[in-house]
Amino acid sequence: MPNVMIRTNDAGDLLFYVAKKDLEETVTAVEVDTKSAWGGTVELADGSKWYIDPVHPRPEFPITLRFRRGD
Amino acid sequence: MAASTREPIQDLIQEVLEVYPDKARKDRAKHLTANDQSIEQSKQCITSNRKSLPGVMTVRGCAYAGSKGVVWGPIKDMIHISHGPVGCGQYSRAGRRNYYVGMTGVNTFGTMNFTSDFQEKDIVFGGDKKLDKIVTEIEQLFPLSKGVTIQSECPIGLIGDDIEAVAKKKAKELGKPVVPVRCEGFRGVSQSLGHHIANDAIRDWVIGNRDGDDSFATTPYDVAIIGDYNIGGDAWASRILLEEMGLRVVAQWSGDGSLSEIELTPKVKLNLIHCYRSMNYLSRHLEEKYGIPWIEYNFFGPTKIAESLRRIAACFDETIRVNAEQVIAKYRSQYEAVIEKYLPRLEGKKVMLYVGGLRPRHVVGAYEDLGMEVVGTGYEFAHNDDYDRTIKEMGNATLLYDDLTAYEFEVFADKIRPDLIGSGIKEKYIFQKMGIPFRQMHSWDYSGPYHGYDGFAIFARDMDMTINNPCWQELQAPWLRADKAAGA
Repeated sequence: MPNVMIRTNDAGDLLFYVAKKDLEETVTAVEVDTKSAWGGTVELADGSKWYIDPVHPRPEFPITLRFRRGD
Repeated sequence: MAASTREPIQDLIQEVLEVYPDKARKDRAKHLTANDQSIEQSKQCITSNRKSLPGVMTVRGCAYAGSKGVVWGPIKDMIHISHGPVGCGQYSRAGRRNYYVGMTGVNTFGTMNFTSDFQEKDIVFGGDKKLDKIVTEIEQLFPLSKGVTIQSECPIGLIGDDIEAVAKKKAKELGKPVVPVRCEGFRGVSQSLGHHIANDAIRDWVIGNRDGDDSFATTPYDVAIIGDYNIGGDAWASRILLEEMGLRVVAQWSGDGSLSEIELTPKVKLNLIHCYRSMNYLSRHLEEKYGIPWIEYNFFGPTKIAESLRRIAACFDETIRVNAEQVIAKYRSQYEAVIEKYLPRLEGKKVMLYVGGLRPRHVVGAYEDLGMEVVGTGYEFAHNDDYDRTIKEMGNATLLYDDLTAYEFEVFADKIRPDLIGSGIKEKYIFQKMGIPFRQMHSWDYSGPYHGYDGFAIFARDMDMTINNPCWQELQAPWLRADKAAGA
């Protein structure tokens, strides 16, 4: 369950950053991305998947959230 | 080397690796590569931030070095206790040349060494009482100090002292921040984790101190210089350019910086990061908590300075953008004169770099401005993201190396025979004895500043006087010289 900081890069994409793992990847797909919620399975550019119970309401980025490994 | 493709470099890497046992060879091979600009992500071509191999000579430091030496040390009006045995603090005392203004021993303490000087009994019975006493003594002797940090050395973590409890108690007693930093040297693989720990300590113990206090008058042009350690006056050379642009520099992190500057950083409008490696953690935190955007910049060499000034100005309004152009125009004749003078003397010279932090990529532009070529570069303690940024700065088929061992560095230098090597004091005399001109790129070889337009002039002069020093022609004994022998 790493702490993940999600922030927006200059190009407007979401970046998924895990300091402890030296992992910084762009987010390619988010399962739930509406005005009222954000989360579910999140897919990164390197193909890995991470999961978080959808956050209500949709958070303001950047924000640190706790993710689980998805499958 | 200029015209070479990737194969000769790959062959060279194989040749260097041959002496290692199989397992070590396999491991080291991941850390060495020929640069390929088409690769987007460095983790596809180079491994970094891994534990060094036992048995090889590496030049890495420890977490204590990263916290006390790099991040916390330059904060001038706080007292940084090297908590543990005396050596760690004493042998690194004032070695980093973080210049500052102030009266040392009265209101600033940068070049002094404070230590708890652990003895056997402190290890056996614990050092918390001693620490408590030291903080009290510091307050009596140096009442103008603005705070105290406790920089743990290895034994503190091993014996399990509760420095946090002491810090909380003393902070209440003194009414000043007392910051415990858990930067025991054995943590992590290099000083890089020390940077992270120090950043987290600043985040947890200092940053929030002025939340809700709006007495500081802000302007729309407030910025903070993050990750400039004022080595030889670097931060000052950077600061004047920003101020000429019309920006107000509220804080310098942490070269010539003070505790109140750090506490005021949450009030700025933009964070400017020079050393990404050591302070990106805090910039990310400040962005998350206070919504302050951050950008990286590079103040080495006129090309990169102009690029950076324009990028910084783009974050502000029209007046700043106009000012940025004026600043660049103002210094044009100055830096053109420098290039005109030194380019003919330095053009085409090859440089190998092996430093830490930001320099292996940031100074590439400055060398290129002087017509020189960087043929190899690498970091002691970088992570993936540093190499991501380096790949684009370096030419194709140049050598990239991570956590280079002393043996590999010597062989690479001997095979490539660069005209200049830039690295640290531990490497300096080896390469000078090999007949290769050398500059220390950690401490600017006791020169500096190298940042900004003023720094570029000094940088160019230093490179010239090193490479074109007449001593390099005198390395061979007179009676062994071919021309002399023929004459006799």
